[in-house]
Amino acid sequence: MNKSKANSKRIVDLLINNAIIIILLAMVVFVGITKDNFVSQGNFVNLSMNTAVRFIVAVGVSGCLIVKGTDLSAGRIVGMGACIAGTLLQRVDASNKFFPNLGEVNMLLVLLLIIVICGIAGLVNGIIIAYLKVPPFIATLGMQTVVYGICLVYTGASPLGSFRSDYTAIGTQKILWGWLPYLVIFALIIGVAMWFLYNMCRHGKYMYAIGGNEVSAEVSGVNVKKTLIIIYTLAAALYGIAGFLLAAKSGGATVNSGDGYELEAIAACTIGGVSTSGGVGKISGILLGVLVFELLKTSLQFLGVGSDYTYIVQGVVIVFAVALDIRKYIAKK
Amino acid sequence: MAEYRLEMLGISKSFPGVKALDNVSLKVRPGTVHALMGENGAGKSTLMKCLFGIYKMDEGEVYLDGEKVNILNADDALHKGVAMVHQELQPIPQRSIGENIFCGRYPMKKLLGFMPVVDHKKMYEDAAELLKEVRLDFDPKAKLGTLSVSQMQSVEIAKAVSMNAKVVIMDEPTSSLTENEVEALFTIINDLRDKGVSIIYISHKMDEILRISDEVTIMRDGQYIGTWESKNLTTDMIITQMVGRELTEIYPKKENTPGEVVLEVEHFSSIHPRSFQDCSFKLRKGEILGLGGLVGAQRTELVEAIFGMRQIVEGEITYKGKKLKIKRPADAIKSGIGLITEDRRGSGIFGVLSIADNVSVASLNQYLKMGFVLNHKKIEDLVKDNVDKLSIKTPSSRTQIQSLSGGNQQKVIIARWLANNPDVLIMDEPTRGIDVGAKYEIYCIMAELAKQGKSIIMISSEMAELIGMSDRIVVMCNGRITGEVSGEEATQENIMSLATKFN
Repeated sequence: MNKSKANSKRIVDLLINNAIIIILLAMVVFVGITKDNFVSQGNFVNLSMNTAVRFIVAVGVSGCLIVKGTDLSAGRIVGMGACIAGTLLQRVDASNKFFPNLGEVNMLLVLLLIIVICGIAGLVNGIIIAYLKVPPFIATLGMQTVVYGICLVYTGASPLGSFRSDYTAIGTQKILWGWLPYLVIFALIIGVAMWFLYNMCRHGKYMYAIGGNEVSAEVSGVNVKKTLIIIYTLAAALYGIAGFLLAAKSGGATVNSGDGYELEAIAACTIGGVSTSGGVGKISGILLGVLVFELLKTSLQFLGVGSDYTYIVQGVVIVFAVALDIRKYIAKK
Repeated sequence: MAEYRLEMLGISKSFPGVKALDNVSLKVRPGTVHALMGENGAGKSTLMKCLFGIYKMDEGEVYLDGEKVNILNADDALHKGVAMVHQELQPIPQRSIGENIFCGRYPMKKLLGFMPVVDHKKMYEDAAELLKEVRLDFDPKAKLGTLSVSQMQSVEIAKAVSMNAKVVIMDEPTSSLTENEVEALFTIINDLRDKGVSIIYISHKMDEILRISDEVTIMRDGQYIGTWESKNLTTDMIITQMVGRELTEIYPKKENTPGEVVLEVEHFSSIHPRSFQDCSFKLRKGEILGLGGLVGAQRTELVEAIFGMRQIVEGEITYKGKKLKIKRPADAIKSGIGLITEDRRGSGIFGVLSIADNVSVASLNQYLKMGFVLNHKKIEDLVKDNVDKLSIKTPSSRTQIQSLSGGNQQKVIIARWLANNPDVLIMDEPTRGIDVGAKYEIYCIMAELAKQGKSIIMISSEMAELIGMSDRIVVMCNGRITGEVSGEEATQENIMSLATKFN
């Protein structure tokens, strides 16, 4: 009697804790059955490409969240990556070229440059958070504005387009009879590399330790400051890569590229089980979170919900996801 | 008028596994200072928390002026005339003195005849009046944060006076005061007594107790020992009553023989003048060194400074004949020193992480391939070895540590340090909050380590444990080392007299 009660309580808990995933998947199934084009190669590939870019951003943010921090500068750093790529990878003969006399630059070199420049923004975030003890919320909010300003100054707010075809190919081409976009391959490589870092390397163990209990970590000899700086730097480097891919995918870049990605990424991480109370989070969970969130957006689109309303739904989902996460944490006390 | 202002009769209170109060009584006469004394963990604070409604007592009755009362919470206690001047004050330093006194019960007035607003004029006038009563010459509009600790305490007392408190509890009120400030406090206490207020005064300082109190009640191990008139007491009598218990607990046999000096700490002084000052001691190879003293003696602060967690203005560590510079815990660990902290939850365990991660976190550097990839096979073996060696009871090494009992959590943390194989292990209250069986296992581990030639510094507030386990005991009081006794000579009396030797 008591046991069955405990069991049913456990089931109810499981349902509530995963409420968002369950509700959203139910909605996806509903949309899939009622709308014709939802289950199609086109939609699938589109979804996977959207997921790929956002997954890279979410994996970056996840490290910050696991150490009980956050990174609100993510979206703007994605934008900076997109703008740098946009200015350097235009067609040689494009009209209104940003650097009129620029020849054909090596694409790998551009990607490296983006990683370094965006990484510096993350390094500054990390130093401010680790050494000056500024709350991550404030430090990265400041960086968000600074990076946006830098992008405005750099591009003069002019939109960038007319990219080289070898560059846009990265963001649009697919292999395996049109099923596997290059973007997904990028995301997979990054996902595997980050999984390795989180699970097989000392850095990962230290990251989870800091998130679990920062004081204990320090007492156990963990170099907390260094680990935090690596996390924020690496996160920003990933945003840069995401920006590079985003511009290739959309064939254009503006200072507003990537705007708002940080909130989507944080929401996706939380839906995927990265706890805002620290020390918990898996790469597989993050992938699930991003996928669920993208499915939500696509489903709403198919249901004919206007994009203005979509913002409202997304906002509600984000807060709801964090509330459910906190609920788990409180229940454990 | 009733003979007693406050009577607490037959109070009992249990926590899981511990009987914190067992049929304790306390009777306080009107207009007297009543000292409440006892060792660490004797139950003084628990008794006061029961009186204050912070804890619910299991049994017992409370009478105020002969009338039975049932105090529900701290707010209710204040309204019934019982006030507490806390050991650690919790004021709002950014706000004015007046606001701190009247917080939560501001005098109100009606603006334009209908809008309720705070009557600041009345509040500050009343506050000024109250400050005069506690002889504090301060503008009530001054920020509380600009006052010294003793002045803040006076403000707390003024607050109690403003609530017409009949009983004021003072828990270690002089622990952070200078001599002059103590004198000022005593003047206020005498004023209050003359007005008929009863004061319950908790302190370890014998000379103060004998000077200020009218009566003394002594507790030991959650039990009421007796009440005496202060004028008939001496320091030695109080100590005898505080510690007079039989030592019955069993400790593993000592087979260690302390060798040469491994660690020498010299002139350690905290950056905080009221924390540890000028502390020096030596630790030998294969020795268990006990660090004794009362709560607040700054023992934890001292060992945390040795480990690089706190800052010092002066002090040197000589380790195996070499001078050591320790800036961070990582430096200490590299040299072969480990610390099991007092606050297991706050600075010991990683609650959400697995036992395996909790054990291996301090020794990952030894298991690296190519500088950053971990050798998982070796780490698993390491974890398994130590989990087995310490017989940690857990379904698997992947279990979250927070689901284990306190004793098993502590063993995991010991395993963390054993995995790192330090030569000096500092253990701060290693058996606090742990059941008897696990305690004995931890004692055996300590004895075994000492036998292997490791050196241990153990802080313990349990007299029996300190005497039972240590080869030598260094005693601290008020941030200073007041003496040293060998394991054979150690008695509860001589340790307690060193632990209360304020100078």
